Amino acid sequence: MLSSRLADAAAEAGQPLSREQVAEIISEIVGTMEGDVTALDLKVYQELQSLAGYIEAARAEIASIRPTELRDEYISSATDELDAVVDATEEATGRILDAAEQIQTIAEDVAEPAQTKLIELVTGIFEASNFQDITGQRISKVVRALKHIESKIGVLVSALGEEVQRAREHAAESGGETAPAQSDKELLNGPQMPDNAIDQDEIDRLMASFD
Amino acid sequence: MAVDMSMPILIVDDYKTMLRIIRNLLKQLGFENVDDASDGSSALQKLREKEYGLVISDWNMEPMTGLQLLREVRSDKSMQAVPFIMVTAESKKENVIAARQAGVNNYIVKPFNAATLKQKIASVLGNF
Repeated sequence: MLSSRLADAAAEAGQPLSREQVAEIISEIVGTMEGDVTALDLKVYQELQSLAGYIEAARAEIASIRPTELRDEYISSATDELDAVVDATEEATGRILDAAEQIQTIAEDVAEPAQTKLIELVTGIFEASNFQDITGQRISKVVRALKHIESKIGVLVSALGEEVQRAREHAAESGGETAPAQSDKELLNGPQMPDNAIDQDEIDRLMASFD
Repeated sequence: MAVDMSMPILIVDDYKTMLRIIRNLLKQLGFENVDDASDGSSALQKLREKEYGLVISDWNMEPMTGLQLLREVRSDKSMQAVPFIMVTAESKKENVIAARQAGVNNYIVKPFNAATLKQKIASVLGNF
């Protein structure tokens, strides 16, 4: 309060304030304070000051871990990857079942004891294919948990506002988010999402283009 | 009384793969007259249009769950007697209790095998 009053007065005067002017402003502010300042008031004030410092430090710390990046890149990417796992296993299970059903049909025309043996084996395939439903449900639970975290980070980001944006800009300036993947380690990204991947034909064309 | 192996059975699950598995296992047990539905609402519609000898339903489906379907079935005089088996990954004690209280005849936890399916159907319909 005091510093802003002094700054305003200096700006209005267009020059540094004299000692008398500073004393007058301090006197005005002190005059507005009612009653006596007790030891308890001072203690509360100190606690509030300490709390403000703690909050400020926490804000800076949270901003430095770049929650926007966590939300937009890592969590978003993880949920996409998990969705892809569910789709891929469902498709693979479908193909396994296609084959099992065909074997079952063929088995109906096969003589005993081969028929019974074939049916037993096909039953084993049907039973084992249960896993797809279970893993799909488990992964869906993980995806829901990640999306919940994502929404909480969104709340955090909007509460921190400018501070997060500054941390993001700083990271971009220092090359943290835009650096090209050059090292061997950076090239290890694992299986790609279908939208990001190129198929074997494209790879063949790309390879041929180097010849 | 002998089990009528030609009776219509309705299987309900939102995973197409699971519908295929149950259908194939039922076929191996000798039940060929099998219809399916992908959620509780469409199952209810089919139950209103046709008299089924058995319902085998998943629990976790949208918009109508297997438990809601069960309650609807038990509250409708035209279908309340149909045997109902829940086949689900929900394996908590409270789930089983809730299903029992809603009138389920038997409860199978996924993953399951053909022997378990046969045993539970037999416990509801009689040996076959």
